[in-house]
Amino acid sequence: MDIEKNHGGKTGGEMTAPHADAGEAGAPRFWRGLEELADTPEFRDHKENEFPHGANDPDAKLNRRELMKVMAASAAFAGLSGCTKLPTQKIVPYVRQPEEIIPGKPLFYATAVTLGGVATGVLVESHMARPTKVEGNPDHTASLGAADSFAQASVLGLYDPDRSRAEVHDGRLGSWAEFQNELSLALGGPSGASGLRLLTGTITSPSLGDQIRSLLSQISGAKWVQYESVTRDNVRQGSQLAFGEILSTVYRVEQADVILTLDSDFLTAGPGSLRYAREFARKRRVESADSKMNRLYAVESTPTSTGAMADHRLRLRASGIEGFARSLARELGLNTVAAPAAATQAPAEWIPALARDLKQHSGASLVVAGEQQPPVVHAIVHAINQALGNFDKTVYFTESIEQSPSNQWSSMGELAADIRSGSVTTLLVLGGNPAYDAPADLGFKDLLSKVPFSARLGQYEDETSALCHWHIPEAHELESWGDARAYDGTVSVIQPLIAPLYGGKSALELLGLLSGKAAKSPHDVVRDYWKAQKTDEPRFDVFWEKTLRDGVVAGTAFPAKQVSLKPGIGAEPPAAAPQGLEIVFRPDPTIYDGRFANNGWLQELPKPLTKLTWDAVAMLSPKTAARLGLKSEEAVELKYQGRTIVAPVWVMPGHADETVTAFLGYGRTRAGRVGTGTGFDAGWIRTYAAPWIGTGLEIRRTGDKWPLAATQTHNSMEGREPIRVATLDEYAKNPKFAQAEAQENPLSLYPDVKYEGNAWGMSIDLNSCTGCGACVTACQAENNIAVVGKTEVIIGREMHWIRVDRYFEGDADGPNTYHQPLMCVHCEDAPCELVCPVAATVHSPEGLNEMVYNRCVGTRYCSNNCPYKVRRFNFRLYSDWDTPSLFGMRNPNVSVRSRGVMEKCSYCVQRINAVKIEAEKQDRPLRDGEIVTACQQTCPSEAIVFGNINDPNSKVSLLKAKNRNYKLLEELNTRPRTTYLAKLRNPNPEIEKAAGA
Amino acid sequence: MADSPADKLAEKMATAPILGPGHDYASVTDKISAIVLKRRPPKWWWAGFAIGFALLMIFLYAVTYLLLVGTGIWGIMIPVGWGFAIINFVWWIGIGHAGTLISAILLLLRQQWRTSINRFAEAMTLFAVACAGMFPLLHMGRPWLAYWMFPYPDTMKMWPNFRSPLAWDVFAVSTYATVSLLFWFVGLLPDLATLRDRAKNPVAKVIYGFLAMGWRGSAVHWYRHETASLLLAGLATPLVLSVHTIVSFDFAFGIVPGWHATIFPPYFVAGAIYAGFAMVLTLSIPVRKVFGLEDFITMRHLDNMGKVLLATALIVGYGYMMEAFSAYYSSDQYERFMILNRMFGPYAGMYWTLILCNIVTPQFLWFRKVRSKVGALFAIAMVVNLGMWLERFVIVVTSLHRDFLPSSWGMYYPTRWDFAIFFGTIGLFVTLLFLFIRFLPLISIYEMRALVSEEEKKAEG
Repeated sequence: MDIEKNHGGKTGGEMTAPHADAGEAGAPRFWRGLEELADTPEFRDHKENEFPHGANDPDAKLNRRELMKVMAASAAFAGLSGCTKLPTQKIVPYVRQPEEIIPGKPLFYATAVTLGGVATGVLVESHMARPTKVEGNPDHTASLGAADSFAQASVLGLYDPDRSRAEVHDGRLGSWAEFQNELSLALGGPSGASGLRLLTGTITSPSLGDQIRSLLSQISGAKWVQYESVTRDNVRQGSQLAFGEILSTVYRVEQADVILTLDSDFLTAGPGSLRYAREFARKRRVESADSKMNRLYAVESTPTSTGAMADHRLRLRASGIEGFARSLARELGLNTVAAPAAATQAPAEWIPALARDLKQHSGASLVVAGEQQPPVVHAIVHAINQALGNFDKTVYFTESIEQSPSNQWSSMGELAADIRSGSVTTLLVLGGNPAYDAPADLGFKDLLSKVPFSARLGQYEDETSALCHWHIPEAHELESWGDARAYDGTVSVIQPLIAPLYGGKSALELLGLLSGKAAKSPHDVVRDYWKAQKTDEPRFDVFWEKTLRDGVVAGTAFPAKQVSLKPGIGAEPPAAAPQGLEIVFRPDPTIYDGRFANNGWLQELPKPLTKLTWDAVAMLSPKTAARLGLKSEEAVELKYQGRTIVAPVWVMPGHADETVTAFLGYGRTRAGRVGTGTGFDAGWIRTYAAPWIGTGLEIRRTGDKWPLAATQTHNSMEGREPIRVATLDEYAKNPKFAQAEAQENPLSLYPDVKYEGNAWGMSIDLNSCTGCGACVTACQAENNIAVVGKTEVIIGREMHWIRVDRYFEGDADGPNTYHQPLMCVHCEDAPCELVCPVAATVHSPEGLNEMVYNRCVGTRYCSNNCPYKVRRFNFRLYSDWDTPSLFGMRNPNVSVRSRGVMEKCSYCVQRINAVKIEAEKQDRPLRDGEIVTACQQTCPSEAIVFGNINDPNSKVSLLKAKNRNYKLLEELNTRPRTTYLAKLRNPNPEIEKAAGA
Repeated sequence: MADSPADKLAEKMATAPILGPGHDYASVTDKISAIVLKRRPPKWWWAGFAIGFALLMIFLYAVTYLLLVGTGIWGIMIPVGWGFAIINFVWWIGIGHAGTLISAILLLLRQQWRTSINRFAEAMTLFAVACAGMFPLLHMGRPWLAYWMFPYPDTMKMWPNFRSPLAWDVFAVSTYATVSLLFWFVGLLPDLATLRDRAKNPVAKVIYGFLAMGWRGSAVHWYRHETASLLLAGLATPLVLSVHTIVSFDFAFGIVPGWHATIFPPYFVAGAIYAGFAMVLTLSIPVRKVFGLEDFITMRHLDNMGKVLLATALIVGYGYMMEAFSAYYSSDQYERFMILNRMFGPYAGMYWTLILCNIVTPQFLWFRKVRSKVGALFAIAMVVNLGMWLERFVIVVTSLHRDFLPSSWGMYYPTRWDFAIFFGTIGLFVTLLFLFIRFLPLISIYEMRALVSEEEKKAEG
């Protein structure tokens, strides 16, 4: 435990000699540092209350004398809080790693992160007990090694300096002990505990669910309300309509040859999307001219990444999709489904051709309904899937992965009614931010202040905390024990990587107070729960260690359930299609429901299709914009259901006409220094009755401008073909279409450089890439890339080393959309290297184009001369050198760049060298696939492959040998090491012919 | 022959003297040295100096802020990594060229009409190079490390990258600055001695005495002075061609469409001479007026400079044409797009203004009447100054802002700090120029005396 001891850092000034009991029976087996070992009363006092009274309260008036005292105390305590601490309980690193810390060598721990309650298994890289990077867990069914941007960015969330650090009681500094007292007083009050309400997000955690259920069984009258602003109520209700119970739907995308999505973005959003994207991509990995590939039809109103991947995309108003589903169902012979109220706005050949295609692939087709579509669409889609024989083949159903599947919005409505009637005396808000994201017409903000005793467990002192009596800092997922289910039911145990940085509590701890089990640590709660579940395990300790190590509880995926459809699905005639301008609400692609608003990485991550950062928009089609006389970046007033909000317009090719999409999650008023004041709050016009789709929107011009920060302002390829596309048929006829202009032996005056040993290269499959942007965030985390802010992005100074270019092709109403990830391509003949006057960018013996930060004087000549424009310059001091809490987050193997220095993709040279050193130590050659770049690692669709191109059998060499392989801007003779595999489309000839005619 | 008024004018211009009548050694010396020694600085001097100095203060302020915050205060971004700084650098370097051309090449070619303007033009060169030299330093991300650009034996055994045109720039510009300074200073020596001898103020006596480096006017001094001048002129002559050639390499060696062209070196040199002569005209016309130096900088000088301006305008115009033609003829889609984007893209206004300034306006110089009107010459010179600045803007910005991949295209907008530093260097230039006018003889006294003797010989002969 030497490391542990070192880790405590210097002892605080006032600490006395180590406690006599240390190391004996009573002392903890692991301690956080010398101070805890010492365990003096002063220490305990400090630990309880890291910040002396008043230090956390911005409004507190301090006189000079008190201020000096507070500062002195803080300085004295800095020794404790300055260093990071391992959690006290035993956590277990991922497979085959030493259990002790070796300085300079990272450990990986398997755990999980959740979104909307649903888990994605991750591995977290930890340097000297500091989690620095999240990666997907290959053993986890929902991840298979991939992670999305939210998971990638969770490390920044962990170290966010704006997270709350202290209990706050009515604006004053409180303490955990005081809260315990107050809570028990409140529960012991006249109306007792029956007025207790728990408000949580969706919970899939078995141990937490168990704890809540046992609590509710103890306290009669207490109720548990789950609420998510990005609700899946429609999915649940659709399941209820179809099967009479709430089931979870799981897709087997790998089994599907023809897929239809109805307003669904299942490849990049929602439970299981990482796995779906991977399976989808595998069905599109065309090896040779006679290969098959799947076909995707997308019918949607708001353009999504899934729609961009589609071979056929039909834009329909969100309200018209029900009609489409009905027409399709009838075309497929489901005659009990009532006909749509109005003719579907689809080209005449579309539905028959689609129905034929689906039918031909019975059992190998799949229809997916979007979460925002009404329940009846889900029910009809279930019926269609059954009619197509897809049940148990491409789609199966399990018992709900949620602990208490319910109609969340209506239970939220009941909660509001209960508060209004005064029957709620104690409200505990565990996570979530209802004061911000509850439907506007519910008036939840006002109701919240009516509750006699309200407490909020939250990571930030946000809008909800401000209206509650108590705010308790919440521990981050990387700081706490817990468990959660994935999309298919697989349970992961969440193990903390670090003791809470800011003294946060988890929901388990807070609920422990209520059930009188306060003494039991969350670790014990989770462990005991599983011990009770796994009575059949002969040696629970071994099971537990294995579970922690692997990140999944083996055998917890739910089995497929035999289901039977209720008769008469969709039989009742639909309401008349609504007229007038429609409004559609959508979670923001990067900020989600607003919970990530203070995360700079996610704020600056370009939204996949608009490439916008730092803002939400009111998105509409070119035609509708023209009718209304609107232009992008114009501020307009959206008036809906009696409420108005000012929003910036974004004209989006491919958007459905007469519809406006408003993205949720912005307009936060108490998000923190990053998120507060960005964008507009679409939630303000969102109503309880219509969470997703509504009509009767009015738009009024304000005449003001609203500048938006897009990282890509030009959408056309200008005939330059950076992305090469062909249909499957064209490819079969001309398999070398992508290499039309390739020169076998490009002219050069100089002999080729011979690379002995390794020569690194990369291949990116454009047929797989969904443009989700996970690689961008992964790269940002891995390489300590700075966030620059909206004004700098507007100028054009974002720092991302990898970007995903997005091009539109065709007409503005229904364009084809293509994505192209692009980072430094490591040219053999690099134009940048030639022009640097101080030789700060040079070629490595393995063919890397290296950037020597220390040598760079910042002439920017290299960037000017880079035809790919992948170099990024620190025009200002973008890296945060001042916020101590962020220091721990940084990858210690990558320099944090300072002002005036050029930077760019290094092919993750630190990872290359780490593996090389390891191989050298073991005296063995490098294995193919052993070196994985950060972007490659996280890519859900496995579009990025890295390796040694000197080895003809390496995966990357094999990919480069394919006839779809081409070099970007090959005509410049830069000879890039990164090459692309051309994109293929697989259109239905019937529809294609009709469209062409 | 000499019937029409135009022909009369032509005759008059051709035979116009390069020194006004009635001057002898003493009057030349008196008149020129009096500007420095006798006359109190007139009001306009104070006004001009105040303006220049105020701009210089803005420059210092902006540079301080620049060093504190970084080049992010400017409008540069990705893809336009070079903006005003490089535009200004090329512009100032170009302006300097006329000085060297007049003093070196015209000296070697024994063009006597250069005498009265060469001192002035050389000073202009020096100050312009000083202004220009600021920019490569200031535009760096980390200017405090600028010395890494020089080849010096350091402990890491790192040398500059000799393949980089920017490294060549360092040598070209520093050599140019050194030779220009030496040339100017050597030329000043006899005049500094004159001022030393004539100064009444003891402090001025000491300073001029120190600067005169013991010049006594002995025959040996004159002999060595003459030799040194010729040698330096010989050294400076290739510099006229090399400096701007190398500056043009900064662009021509890049692969950016709009930069990557073999025509750049001659086209840049011509542009530099063009800009330089425009600037000499811009400065000499007011100076000659206010100091009453019409006898020394005569209409003959102005007429000749007008002709040089016209000639270089045509070369530059040819350059523009060839740029467009080779883009078309290359059949390269990026080159073709580049030229169309210049002409009709978002910065088209800049391009057409440039054509108007640099190609159309100088055509008036075909007419002797225009060349004989001081006001018209001044106006045209000002237009050309602007046009040459725009030319560099067009080359730097419109080439970069839309290069190969449309996803990376962007727009460059200068900020107030860009302008502050640009006008700030104009302030530096003006300040130095006014100090020069005030403290040093702005026309070479000894060379004018030589002219007097030649005129006398002519009169006798």
